[in-house]
Amino acid sequence: MTDLYVWVVLAPLIGSVIAGVFGKSIGRAGAHWACILGVGVSTLISGAAFGHIVLEGGAAFESTLYHWGRVGDLTLEIGFLVDPLSATMMFVVSFVSLMVHIYTIGYMRDDPGYQRFFSYIALFTFAMLMLCMSNNFLQLFFGWEAVGVVSYLLIGFWFQRESAIRANLKAFLVNRIGDLGFLLGVAAVLFYFGTLRYSEVFELAPSLQGATLSIFPGADWSVASLICILLFMGAMGKSAQFPLHVWLPDSMEGPTPISALIHAATMVTAGIFMVARMSPLFEQSETALSVVLVVGAITALFMGLLGLVQNDIKRVVAYSTLSQLGYMAVALGASAYAAAIFHLVTHAFFKALLFLAAGSVIIALHHNQDMRSMGGLRKYMPVTWITSLLGSLALIGFPGFAGFFSKDAIIEAVHLSEVPGHDFAYWCVVIGVFVTALYSFRLYFLVFHGKERMDEHAREHLHESPWVVTVPLVLLAIPSVLIGWIGIEPMLFGDHFGDSLFVLSEHDVLARLGDSYRGEAAFIGHAFATPPLYLALAGVACAWYFYMVRPDLPALCARRLAPVHSVLVHKYGFDLLYEEVLARIGRGLGSLFWRIGDRILIDGMLVNGSARVVGWFSSLIRQLQTGFLYTYAFAMIIGLVALMSLFVFLRMQGHS
Amino acid sequence: MLQNYLPILVFIVIALGMGTVMILAGSIIGPRRPDAEKLSPYECGFEAFEDSRMKFDVRYYLVAILFIIFDLEIAFLFPWAVVLDEIGTFGFLAMMAFLAVLVIGFIYEWKKGALEWE
Amino acid sequence: MPFVTPEFLPALPEILLAVMACLVLLVDLYFGRRHPSWVFLLAQASLVLCALLCIALYPEEPTTTFNGTFRSDGMSAVLKVFMILVTYFVLFYSKFYLDVRDLFKGEYFVLSLFAVLGMMILVSAASLLTLYLGLELMALCLYALVALNRESSMASEAAMKYFVLGALASGTLLYGMSLLYGVTGSLELDRIREYQSVGGEIDIILVLGLVFIVVGVAFKLGAAPFHMWVPDVYEGAPTSVTLFVGTAPKIAAFGMLMRLLVDGLAGVQGDWIEMLTILSVLSMAVGNIIAIAQTNLKRMLAYSTIAHVGFLLLGIIAGTRAGYAASMFYVIVYALMGLGAFGMIIVLGSKGFESDRLDDFRGLNERSPWLAFLVLVLMLSMAGVPPFVGFWAKWSVLREVVAADQVWLATVAVVLAVIGLFYYLRVVRLVYFEEGQEAAPLVCGTDVKVMISTNALAILALGVYPSALLALCVTALG
Repeated sequence: MTDLYVWVVLAPLIGSVIAGVFGKSIGRAGAHWACILGVGVSTLISGAAFGHIVLEGGAAFESTLYHWGRVGDLTLEIGFLVDPLSATMMFVVSFVSLMVHIYTIGYMRDDPGYQRFFSYIALFTFAMLMLCMSNNFLQLFFGWEAVGVVSYLLIGFWFQRESAIRANLKAFLVNRIGDLGFLLGVAAVLFYFGTLRYSEVFELAPSLQGATLSIFPGADWSVASLICILLFMGAMGKSAQFPLHVWLPDSMEGPTPISALIHAATMVTAGIFMVARMSPLFEQSETALSVVLVVGAITALFMGLLGLVQNDIKRVVAYSTLSQLGYMAVALGASAYAAAIFHLVTHAFFKALLFLAAGSVIIALHHNQDMRSMGGLRKYMPVTWITSLLGSLALIGFPGFAGFFSKDAIIEAVHLSEVPGHDFAYWCVVIGVFVTALYSFRLYFLVFHGKERMDEHAREHLHESPWVVTVPLVLLAIPSVLIGWIGIEPMLFGDHFGDSLFVLSEHDVLARLGDSYRGEAAFIGHAFATPPLYLALAGVACAWYFYMVRPDLPALCARRLAPVHSVLVHKYGFDLLYEEVLARIGRGLGSLFWRIGDRILIDGMLVNGSARVVGWFSSLIRQLQTGFLYTYAFAMIIGLVALMSLFVFLRMQGHS
Repeated sequence: MLQNYLPILVFIVIALGMGTVMILAGSIIGPRRPDAEKLSPYECGFEAFEDSRMKFDVRYYLVAILFIIFDLEIAFLFPWAVVLDEIGTFGFLAMMAFLAVLVIGFIYEWKKGALEWE
Repeated sequence: MPFVTPEFLPALPEILLAVMACLVLLVDLYFGRRHPSWVFLLAQASLVLCALLCIALYPEEPTTTFNGTFRSDGMSAVLKVFMILVTYFVLFYSKFYLDVRDLFKGEYFVLSLFAVLGMMILVSAASLLTLYLGLELMALCLYALVALNRESSMASEAAMKYFVLGALASGTLLYGMSLLYGVTGSLELDRIREYQSVGGEIDIILVLGLVFIVVGVAFKLGAAPFHMWVPDVYEGAPTSVTLFVGTAPKIAAFGMLMRLLVDGLAGVQGDWIEMLTILSVLSMAVGNIIAIAQTNLKRMLAYSTIAHVGFLLLGIIAGTRAGYAASMFYVIVYALMGLGAFGMIIVLGSKGFESDRLDDFRGLNERSPWLAFLVLVLMLSMAGVPPFVGFWAKWSVLREVVAADQVWLATVAVVLAVIGLFYYLRVVRLVYFEEGQEAAPLVCGTDVKVMISTNALAILALGVYPSALLALCVTALG
């Protein structure tokens, strides 16, 4: 079994190396075939694993591949844990990745960095799978950082662009903050449990109950809360939760397939996955859950609002992603881990679909991303149009579509939750539904309906994208519609996840939800009795009215509500705060230390100072080398006499 | 102890006596017709008394050095010849090796023209 | 003294080399003008043959022959093989150097062979006389080699300085030997070692002799303050001769040091350890510090040699078998590195262009990235940067010094080595980060490039796997 699972991660890695190292010699087709084959192998095995472990209920698999090193009593290992949770992730990651690979052939067709791009995305797939399949914290951290690095490389893929460089730097730096917390969390785990292996840590987790430590005298902190909040900081960075969300919209500087793969479907969900994986720890701390809940709720609502004022098609989808990640975090906070993962899965499909559809539009418009110069694309790009519509419906939670089941489950779970802050979170997610519907259909109407606002030249060249682009759209649209139907019962209320998620009984909102669950149809029927559905419909209606019937209204609103609009356009001022205040302080401190510590103390005195002294001394005693024979002979005689005096004459005196 | 040196003392006295007698006999008996050339001191074709930092032909050195080598060779051969019967074949071969090396050196100097003045 | 026919076998390599050297001389005399390459090929063949003989005759047990004047043991065999190997490379570079400059003369190779013969006798000496014989044979050949280019006044000056100072050192050594003989009544090193101290003034005379001997050896090694000749001779001599003077004789000098001090004067070990400590610290300081102010690469490498000699002495100062082995490792490694460094100057030079100024290395990376990389390897190895073998050499002597509880000495050595890092890295900087002025064309052929590559890559390989050579040194010393 190990042999087989090793190939899940190795195959993309090999593909990546082939495309990266031999890209020049094997050409474009060679590169994409190498990567697609690699990822295809991963997908097949992941599918088989999913079938075996989840569908057939096979036993979870855990094994250590090899010992990487030993530090004291601590063994550092590389190993795999394939249980229902990771099998689900593996399947989603490898499937979406495969779709994106195929799509890329069309999207990047004319790009000079074609092979490099394939190498990167295959490498990403490797890293992400390592992260998902890990059986210990160290390897988790490795995958965590590796996906971060590849994300950095890909956001800055077009490295000639100033904005891309800034964006990837920003993404990297913001993620560092989260990673610091995460690393501290891992360190705390090691400190308290003495091991990094999940199974051992989780077994010991209940012992954290009541354990405290005082970092500052007088303030006792719960160890469980400390560990969980530190770990969640990592998730905040990677999954772009408020207030570390600022990098995700900027990451849209990368090519669209990347936005779909990394910044919507897989990498950004790593934080969600990690928290779900750590459920035995998080369950020990109500405080941590509350933090997760509130942070998620803020992200869900307020990031959604920002989507309303964006004009870049990809940025709208990006803010939508932020908002949906907020939903997932809310579910985690409410202890509805299964709902979070369920939403993660459905979201992966429909958000990848939306991104790829946006990409398809972007290709058609020759890499113009401004929605103000789109419109009426329906008749030019039928496949893109239909699949986008399906994706949007899934996103807003239209009854029967994938998003509906997962999102409604989250809302219901929050409703039942008793974690502190659940009221706030409930209102956030409910209002969020309206907002989601509004921005989604704003995008939909602006792009596919209404006046054709593009220029003549662009219009002439409009046509549907090639099959390598549309086939993934269709393949992703199918699960976007159906996965909710199929998934809800086993994932939320059945034993899909087996033992891989742990919920204390007093937190188990899904179980309570399950008590009243009467099948998919009844779930839909129930929705008609709750506000979210009507809010979503209201959102669609608003969008229709504002952007189809009275296109002049949005501008009017913006003028009337100028302060609010300005706040939204400036993204609540976070960029300003970070760049102008925090970064400036940091840079100021840095340059101060550089000037005083580095330039004056170290360079000036220690390095150059000592070098100057040596150099001066050197040129001084160099004068001894006169070039005259007698000087040399004299030096020898002096040396001889000195040695004689030291060893002979002094000794003679000692004798006498 | 000093008695051991008595023969040396005797030897010195006789030598002095012999020398004195010979010089005296020469100056008394011999004919004397001096001229400028005869009165000037003789030294290898150089003026005896002049500035020592003069140029002279480097070949003087060459000849002198070559002479010394073969001179020493002879000096070495004498004691070897005396004890030849005691040192046996090894002693004989050792000297032959020594001579062979010298012969090679001799061939070299000859071939390089070190023995020709011009 | 009974005259028994001695065992010839242990000295067979020397006998062979002597015969071959004479043969080469004759071949040069009769065929040199028409077939100059014969001399070269024959000389190289003699060296190879001689090295093979050394390996084949590797003595399991130390053997002494020629009435206790000649000894063949592990150390001498290993040192001989490496001296011959180094000389083989030297002659290869030399041929290129001499060819390009129309300096090709058969005597060059004859003198080199005789010098090697001298070195071999030197490291195999079991008696003061043999030792002196070997030393002088080597030294006289080297004086003549330095003066080989009679057109160059610099070379003549260097040769004159080398000869006068060498004679002075030789005299000192000889005086020391005579004192030793006076005290112990024997010229054989074994007898000298067995001499039982009677105390009093006799001992002081013994130490006096020791002082003279140490001075003589220090001169040959080029240890401060007896180093003054080194920079002038290195700079003045034709580069190919510098290459020779800087490498193989260092190995021989190490052998001489071992023979005299460890084999002969073990009784006064405490004294010579103190003397060598002074020399070592002075050498490392003088070498590393003055090298910084140099603008000529040959001169810089000369000072670097002095510094390396200081390091090399550390292992002997440790005063243990392991320490001697570390020093032996050091000297062999140093010879290989010096070979590459001076070889590089030869490789980059052409007629009328010596390429021995630091500025000549400016921007080498643009002219030839491969040679630039080799320079990088050589310089970093000399500086003692891991993973190159120079690091292991330094590390092994330092380890022994620390093991001998001389931590302060190790500290001083490390500090001075760090100072020394500067001038090696400066070369690397010139090669990689500076613009070249005018691109002097590289004239060296593939064969020379292959040699220098082999040389540098050997350093790289030894750096990755140093234990074999180190183990060889340990076993050779028994």
